[in-house]
Amino acid sequence: MKYAFYTGCVAKGAGRELYSSSVAVAKRLGIELHELTNVSCCGAGVISEKDPLLSDTLNARTFAIAEELNLDIMNICGTCQGVMMKAQKSINGDVKRKGNINEILKDGGHQYKGKVKVKHLLHILIEDYGIDKLKRLVTRPLKGLKVAPFYGCYLLRPSAYSNFSSPDRTTALEDLIIALGGEPVQYDGRSKCCGFPIVMMNKESSLTMSGISLKEAKEKNADCLVTPCPLCHLNLDSYQPEIDKIVQTKLNLPILHLPQLVGIALGIDSKELGLNKHIVSTEKILSSFLKGL
Amino acid sequence: MSKVIFSIRRFNPEKDSKPYYKDYEMNVPEGATVLDCLNLIKWTKDGTLTHRMSCRSAICGSCAVKVNGHPKLACKTQAAEEIINGRMKIEPLGNAKVLKDLVVDLEPFFSKFQKVKPWLVTEAAGSQQSAVNVKETRQSPEDFHRIDAASTCIMCASCVSDCNSWASNEKFFGPAVLAKAQRFVDDSRDKATLERVINLSEANGIWDCTHCGECVERCPAEVKPMDRIVSLRTTAIKMGIVNNNGARHVEGFVDSIRSSGRLNENIIPVKSMGIFNIPGLLSLIPVGIRMFLKGKNPPIIHKHIDEMDDVKRIFKRLKK
Ligand code: SF4
Ligand code: SF4
Ligand code: FES
Repeated sequence: MKYAFYTGCVAKGAGRELYSSSVAVAKRLGIELHELTNVSCCGAGVISEKDPLLSDTLNARTFAIAEELNLDIMNICGTCQGVMMKAQKSINGDVKRKGNINEILKDGGHQYKGKVKVKHLLHILIEDYGIDKLKRLVTRPLKGLKVAPFYGCYLLRPSAYSNFSSPDRTTALEDLIIALGGEPVQYDGRSKCCGFPIVMMNKESSLTMSGISLKEAKEKNADCLVTPCPLCHLNLDSYQPEIDKIVQTKLNLPILHLPQLVGIALGIDSKELGLNKHIVSTEKILSSFLKGL
Repeated sequence: MSKVIFSIRRFNPEKDSKPYYKDYEMNVPEGATVLDCLNLIKWTKDGTLTHRMSCRSAICGSCAVKVNGHPKLACKTQAAEEIINGRMKIEPLGNAKVLKDLVVDLEPFFSKFQKVKPWLVTEAAGSQQSAVNVKETRQSPEDFHRIDAASTCIMCASCVSDCNSWASNEKFFGPAVLAKAQRFVDDSRDKATLERVINLSEANGIWDCTHCGECVERCPAEVKPMDRIVSLRTTAIKMGIVNNNGARHVEGFVDSIRSSGRLNENIIPVKSMGIFNIPGLLSLIPVGIRMFLKGKNPPIIHKHIDEMDDVKRIFKRLKK
């Protein structure tokens, strides 16, 4: 198993623990990664607000580079995944647009054919790697740990751009938590928005969105929360002290990146997973699982 | 015919202190819609159940309810497709006050439309020309195509029901209203475009949408409100209505990718706030310090991607 590894900007910036934990988990599972270092940002749905063609062209360039390597793309960011799926659909469904874009790409020596598959790590673990195979590699089952799954919008909606056959009813994250020996918390917040996209425009509203779901997870006795999107992570973790004030509760809910949760169960060193890099300490709640490392 | 348990949320504010769920077991006739089932329950099992309906053909927008957690037009939804383990949960729409059982107060929803003047303004502001004797204003098929999607709205409030921004901020215009606004902003016959776009760029308008996609997912028509909002943002930037955090964020983002191929997370918050926005800049400090102390601050030296020349070339070619 080998993928063209698209890190996204956050995993190389404010969420570097996502990068290190993804690499560590892939290594442990024997998934080979070819890191793409010559590709641009996906645009995060922001560049397309300035110019949809620019956004599609930048993504087509990324797709072309992966195709040249004969590899499918692995994303570790839910937002990158959703944005790329949308770009791919927009290009593949419009022969004229694809022609235009390839005309622009030509001078850089790239051509997008349209066959590359774009997958998020969550999808890869469940569909390509297989949940049973993963289960067999668990050395430290997350016994008794109540984990609130938080999908992030882009992995699910609009469903036309989702890899999950039924995004409203998917249980991919819950299945994964169970496979790792943990207990998924059932709550409405699982598919709600974290509010990150408007944190610079309307902070109060943005953090209230996070607050609604965090509070609900806490009331359902979650020990921690896991998300496959580093932008959700930024709002839910980095801004949690502000969120506490909005919901008038000391939430103290550790927020884990998807590969961190997997990594803990696989027995990977907590430093490598970057568990010390969070605003809300992961130590207290996860201590029983981290012992002996 | 299969036996199904309908779990329906009931609430009569005159009698009940809080909402509760009541189960009704019933055979679902072949081909029945969710609305058919609600009617059967009301007519044959419990006459006190209250729900809305009118056209029964997906055009009046009055029968929207939550089916298994998300809004659907009851008259357009096949009951058979919504049965999960022999059960179906039916609740009133979200983000609205319940008047009784499945009926919610739509007044706040309807009144918000006034904010965006949902009518054609055919005379420029200040013009004295009377509306009488004005010739028919025609529109080409291409021009109509730009407002086609938003025109299909049936005002059912399904989008608002699941809207994340509305849930955290009741002042948010909301998906249906903003889609309606796009329908007039992009109408080739309308003369108030600039005034409309300025109004929409204010607080609680186009830049308060969080891109959650719920409205696209729940709309029973072809509106795709989030896409309409994105197009309004593009229009606002093109028209130069950029003195707000939302538009500044887009411009700053594009600048960052143009110069390094990647997002510079150290610079973007400052650019979004605007360099003269002192309170806004100050609000960035606590989270900045917090992240710095955990070693989460993005590297100070922002490296560009490999083959940056090619990305620069693309920006140049597209004149961005
Ligand atoms: S995409 Fe925007 S308007 Fe649509 S439901 Fe989400 S926040 Fe509301
Ligand atoms: S935009 Fe769609 S979901 Fe919203 S009110 Fe109109 S028809 Fe209903
Ligand atoms: S009854 Fe009119 S839309 Fe359903």
